[in-house]
Amino acid sequence: MTQKQLTETPDTDIQSPVSGDTSIRQSRIRWGEAMIKGWLGLCAIVSIVTTAAIVILLVSESLNFFENVSPSEFFFGTTWTPLFEPSSYGVLPLVWGTLIVTIGAAVIAIPTGLASAIYLSEYASDRVRRIIKPVLELLAGIPTVVYGYFALTFVTPSLKTFFPDIQVFNALSAAIVVGIMILPMIATLSDNALKAVPVSLRQGAYALGATSYEVTTRVVVPAGLSGVMASFLLAISRAIGETMAVTLAAGQTPNLSLSMFESIQTMTAYIVQVSLGDTPTGGIAYQTLFAVATLLFSITLVINIVSQLILNRFREVYD
Amino acid sequence: MSIGSEKEIRHLAKRHRKAKVFASFCAAVTWSGVVLLAVLLYQVSIDGFAWLDWQFISSFPSRFPERAGIKSALVGTLWLIGLVALISIPVGVSTALYLEEFAGKGRFAKVIEVNIANLAGVPSIVYGILGLAIFVRYFALERSLVSGALTMSLLILPVIIIASREAIKMVPMSIRYAAYSLGATKWQTAWAHVLPSSFPGIMTGVILALSRAIGETAPLVMIGALTFVAFLPEGPMDSFTALPIQIYNWVSRPQEEFHQLAAAGIIILLVVLLIMNATAIYIRNKTERRLK
Repeated sequence: MTQKQLTETPDTDIQSPVSGDTSIRQSRIRWGEAMIKGWLGLCAIVSIVTTAAIVILLVSESLNFFENVSPSEFFFGTTWTPLFEPSSYGVLPLVWGTLIVTIGAAVIAIPTGLASAIYLSEYASDRVRRIIKPVLELLAGIPTVVYGYFALTFVTPSLKTFFPDIQVFNALSAAIVVGIMILPMIATLSDNALKAVPVSLRQGAYALGATSYEVTTRVVVPAGLSGVMASFLLAISRAIGETMAVTLAAGQTPNLSLSMFESIQTMTAYIVQVSLGDTPTGGIAYQTLFAVATLLFSITLVINIVSQLILNRFREVYD
Repeated sequence: MSIGSEKEIRHLAKRHRKAKVFASFCAAVTWSGVVLLAVLLYQVSIDGFAWLDWQFISSFPSRFPERAGIKSALVGTLWLIGLVALISIPVGVSTALYLEEFAGKGRFAKVIEVNIANLAGVPSIVYGILGLAIFVRYFALERSLVSGALTMSLLILPVIIIASREAIKMVPMSIRYAAYSLGATKWQTAWAHVLPSSFPGIMTGVILALSRAIGETAPLVMIGALTFVAFLPEGPMDSFTALPIQIYNWVSRPQEEFHQLAAAGIIILLVVLLIMNATAIYIRNKTERRLK
């Protein structure tokens, strides 16, 4: 019997009570079994319903919003003042705020995260791994509001000693804590990707006289590149969706400024601002919530899908 | 082996020096992560430790820092986690069982799988907006514990499902075959053999997911968990506050005293999380040893 037949056997056996006519003893339908299967299927559908609800909600409310505000004003306008007169609905300052925080976080977290992953998978002994891995998990498990506290009470005051003219709320401090926040994610996921590269590839390179640096940068990292890239993208998508730390650290000032020393507002921080205030349901200000959320959702969804495509399409499979 | 020219030797030495520098760089970066965690914990504890006493744990929030406490937030968090566990564990584990044991490899299973992977990447604040529109407004559950728990459950369901599926996958096929060969039905096999064997793995995933729910702030802010609650919730329909909300509230005030209160709150929150994470790591290490 081949392996394939072996794995298929139980399936046909179990379905026989319903469809098979060879089994005399089990010719009745097992109602209990069918009901349980129905319940389990129902639970699985919850996730589909969740997605459908998110998409329908965001799209329908955004359509309401775009009946009042033209898409060109929303996407290309450079002033975002929806909560007071004269109101203006250009989302670019929020996108810009998110962008500089994310880029800053990525500049911090990608090199350090990758270096940590390389250390963990290529250099660290098992004993060291057993210390560092839980520490990374702990760092990853610290709630974002704690990073917000860290930004306000530690990072910004420290920055102030170097840059006296930095504002209390500033993009730099937000970028630093978001970078710290996504670092463990990059390190852990990239470490998994590098660990999956077979030892024989490393041994081959060492046998040709390569140093550990050359093995790592020219063999291991290229071989695990799809996983490494996917970890970068997932971390970036997490940084874009990050909310509490940037709300606390970067402030509430929609701003197209190039300076990281000034207060800005990200898309997520705006959503928090509206929900904390007493914005009446149904007005344009309330609808902006959904328009911004739709934009945020779309951006992170695209990045997540691209990262999955990279993983599936470019994964090198080694035997 | 012949020794190369002086130039080649120098080149070789340079390459090895580069490798050494690179290795030390990677090690330094990684260990600085550990140091960073230590600095963060140290910073929080020197700020908050002085405020941490029984009065802090047993008092309601107050405008006066010296009288403010975390009682309603702590109780709210415990309520919330209980409800989230009640909702998300049955649904999450059932989904994982369905996908692994019942769904087969059809298109439906594939659609659900891709869908869950994508849901796991949706920013938490989007779940908050969903909760606000669906639970708080549409089902008129108001700003209650139930609204918060349902929102949080949706948020952590993908995590529970993915972890549970991994745990169920680790159960060897031979256990299933043994049960089938004795005439057990698919559900009997799943319930009496697959679930118990994968239980530690599922528990690890569930605990990690729940600890994520404890720390999440944004969805609760969205559904409007209150920042000033001077009473304890008595049932699932009551309004509530939670630890991260209270911390957020204190951090966002300008006064130094409230920042220190926030630090004390963070210590409590981290202790709760640490206990949960330690349990998860303990369970995982125990089962890893058993499987070997």
